Amino acid sequence: MKLVIVNYGAGNIQSIKFAFQRLGYEAVLTDDAEEINTADRVIFPGVGEASSAMNKLKASGLDKVIPALRQPVLGICLGMQLMCHSSEEGNTLGLGIFDTDVVRFTKNVKVPQIGWNQITNLKSSLFRDVAEKDHIYLVHSYYAPICKETIAVSEYELAYSSALQKGNFYGVQFHPEKSSKVGERILKNFLELS
Amino acid sequence: MLTKRIIPCLDIKDGRTVKGVNFVDLRDAGDPVELAKIYADEGADELVFLDISATEERRKTLADLVKRVAEKVNIPFTVGGGISSVEDVDVLLQNGADKVSINSSAVKNPELINELVAKFGSQCIVVAIDAKQINGEWRVHLVGGKVPTEIELFQWAQEVEERGAGEILFTSMDHDGTKNGFANETLAKLSTERNIPIIASGGAGNMQHFVDTFIEGKADAALAASVFHFKEMEIKDLKKKLQNNGIPVRL
Repeated sequence: MKLVIVNYGAGNIQSIKFAFQRLGYEAVLTDDAEEINTADRVIFPGVGEASSAMNKLKASGLDKVIPALRQPVLGICLGMQLMCHSSEEGNTLGLGIFDTDVVRFTKNVKVPQIGWNQITNLKSSLFRDVAEKDHIYLVHSYYAPICKETIAVSEYELAYSSALQKGNFYGVQFHPEKSSKVGERILKNFLELS
Repeated sequence: MLTKRIIPCLDIKDGRTVKGVNFVDLRDAGDPVELAKIYADEGADELVFLDISATEERRKTLADLVKRVAEKVNIPFTVGGGISSVEDVDVLLQNGADKVSINSSAVKNPELINELVAKFGSQCIVVAIDAKQINGEWRVHLVGGKVPTEIELFQWAQEVEERGAGEILFTSMDHDGTKNGFANETLAKLSTERNIPIIASGGAGNMQHFVDTFIEGKADAALAASVFHFKEMEIKDLKKKLQNNGIPVRL
């Protein structure tokens, strides 16, 4: 299996590479469109600020490559947010794969949300052998509201999308690469999607 | 529901754990990676590595250690100790650290917080604050709590948040090493005034101290070293105790 991690300069991707290594898979880090197009699985990571990350994607032309992919794609954290229609962070227009707008938590809660929260309402084979209320690790200030593409829900201030899916595109707000055994299961499920 | 975090802290010198650790099942008690894996398996929510090396090779040694930890450990970890520049942070994050903590360097050059946040994002910048009460006022201290400053704790915490830090790790020098419990009154004030997570540090001696720091101290996470290293309590037992006291934890 050819597994690529899209490397566009937005954050720490070593952890994702190492997480797949622990599962016995060697991921290729690349920003090359041909490499990404020919992969069996694509990981779209992201940490940091939305508008600057989106600008990096545009500069490399990957903003056109990613939405056209046909194989399973997994967006992680900011990667998932950039797959949405827009983000309130830096008034960023996203890739428009998921039809929802990312917004910021209010001052009613501490921002960023940092730590382990639960996922519920699991609706995809991405969560095979993952239990309702299992814990996953998150660090984020912005979130995708519940929408028709929601496949997992977490609660912080309100119920929001912890994961989204549309066709071959998957996105998770949490960090499966840092979510202990539950996260490993989810990454393995992603590789085994049929 | 977001859970309260338990964070063992490992002191590192020249790539090895410093304090003696009482783990009979460890092949190499000085290997931070092996100890980190054990803590992760026992249910630690995060780890902190505090580097106290003073050698010229320390940067490279620490970067190598960070990479080895990132390869083996499946929970988040923070690296602190002697970090004073954007380049320092870049190297540690590139090698797989999830967060870095800065302390004295932020006090000496507060603008460093803004620079790090602009380049790497709030989510990975922890500001550690060591403070001690002098004539009834909490004063920030430098160099592992040895050097007092005129800076007032709550004002500094506000500035740290305004400059974009994602978290505050607060250590009370008055409580650190006493095993008499955390500085809960001060922690509660910090946690109420600030809108970013507060990690409590200094004073853990028994399980009730953790219950108290989450309830009375309103802490978002609690950090400790010796109570875990010397097996005075198991993380699993601690989390059960917290759960029995109505505190949300990951079990």
